[in-house]
Amino acid sequence: MMNPYILNIQNLCCGYPKFQLSEINIDIPKGSFAGIIGPNGSGKTTLFRAITGTLNLKSGKILLCEKNMLSLSPRQRAQNIAIVSQFSDAGDISVEDYVLMGRIPYHNRFSFFESEVDFQIARKYMEMTDTWRFKDRLMSELSGGEQQLAGIARALTQQPELLLLDEPTSHLDITHQVHILNLLQQLNQELGLSVLMVIHDLNLASEYCDRLILINQGKMHIQGTPEEVLTFQNIEDVYKTVVVTQTNPLSGKPVIFLASQKVLKEIQERHLTL
Amino acid sequence: MEYTILSQIRIPRILLGIAVGGALSLSGILLQGVYRNPLVEPYTLGISGGASLGVAFAIVFGLHQLIGSFVLPLTGFAGAFLIIFLVYTISSRSGRINIQSMLLTGVMVSFIASSSMMLLMATSSSENLHGIVFWVMGSLDEPDMSLIYIILVMALVSLAASYFFVQPLNALRLGEEKAKHLGINTDITIKLLFLMASLLAGVCVAVAGVIGFVGLIIPHLMRLLVGSDYRILLVSSFLSGAIFLVLSDVIARTIISPNELPIGVITGIIGGVVFLLMMSRSSHRTLKNNG
Repeated sequence: MMNPYILNIQNLCCGYPKFQLSEINIDIPKGSFAGIIGPNGSGKTTLFRAITGTLNLKSGKILLCEKNMLSLSPRQRAQNIAIVSQFSDAGDISVEDYVLMGRIPYHNRFSFFESEVDFQIARKYMEMTDTWRFKDRLMSELSGGEQQLAGIARALTQQPELLLLDEPTSHLDITHQVHILNLLQQLNQELGLSVLMVIHDLNLASEYCDRLILINQGKMHIQGTPEEVLTFQNIEDVYKTVVVTQTNPLSGKPVIFLASQKVLKEIQERHLTL
Repeated sequence: MEYTILSQIRIPRILLGIAVGGALSLSGILLQGVYRNPLVEPYTLGISGGASLGVAFAIVFGLHQLIGSFVLPLTGFAGAFLIIFLVYTISSRSGRINIQSMLLTGVMVSFIASSSMMLLMATSSSENLHGIVFWVMGSLDEPDMSLIYIILVMALVSLAASYFFVQPLNALRLGEEKAKHLGINTDITIKLLFLMASLLAGVCVAVAGVIGFVGLIIPHLMRLLVGSDYRILLVSSFLSGAIFLVLSDVIARTIISPNELPIGVITGIIGGVVFLLMMSRSSHRTLKNNG
């Protein structure tokens, strides 16, 4: 029987002395495009670091394709999960060399040079992400959007089962936001790659993700489809902000509207006079 | 006669120059890779301070006259080793090594060691003082041929061994966390490379004294010339460090002949000037590229 889950988090507790995640239970089916949402300081990044293995778990289990993450070696983990961070920090490394670093999990200690196959794989994903045309430029010379694309190309070169992204659109304009997310959607559908990303923008999360996990104060508030998660009650509970939800006429996904204090006051006054 | 000079004096010095120059700059490039900090060199971590303290101790208490001249490299190495051990244990108490605190620990321990040496110097006779200062300035004059062979072999073996770490070093260019994401066991890598680099530097200082700037400037220069790929960087740093030190020694020996300048003076002045020139040239280039 095929295991339907790519990621399975059971009763996870972890964190730092002053901040704890507790009782986190998450199931992500294979081939999902999932998003982790929640306010600042709610524990999104902590959860992310627990999944990537940079943070030790206090209790609970993280299963990747039914295998316990702790039983995997760092190399095996890197062959299964690829991570795209907000910033590449690659400095004076050429884009091609940077993308080729995605092959490191497949090298042994004695293979000092990349094989022809490594180059082909890197080229394939660079062409897919449209980064091949600037392969010889240095990472530090790229714009934020281009760096993000190169980061995705590197992650794909790891040929992972699961792609993790930490706020892939946070410092990009809408052109690049949509470009990156469309690319991820295309990878998700054409390659069957499972995607899990931390994302701040609720409307983008709603539009692109088929599954959302809402985190609040170190606990899981709710998980489900965007329609189930992005109700105005849930958002007002967690974000302590008054919102209106409607449906995007094109996609049928929930959309969230905010209103300024002034407008809210005016509405309140109108209600009182009526 | 000429053959004797060549085989007894010149060739040993050249061999020692190759070994020490190569080893120091290899040590420098490894530490810079581990710490991701271009200002780190073998001496930042207190290795030179520890070795100097050991040697000063031996001179002040007359150990070298009591036991023999080989005592100086031995106590130098013991001093360096003690410091490495201290820095390592202080910063890895919690099991995981914190790179930044390790660096700070190294700098602090280094201060303590050099201040203690000052204390020893301040309270010692002028004859001993001269001996300490002379040793600290560094020299490739080493009469013991077997010692030269030992350090040459060690340097070459370390160069070969460092190549087992090129993948982790390349991945560490992105930072510790991202290297982990690429499947690198960063904890072990950092520990092993730190130990290797500091033992290498400790041996060099113990034999040749404190020859500065090689471990800092050569790795930098190589980064400017060949880029940041460690597969090329390691061997090119080793080779150019070796050549640089041998040439510096030639200048130190001949410039005010028949007297001899301390080699550290030459490496500092030439290395520093060449480095500044290279840096200003490369920053011009990047300015032009951007503009």
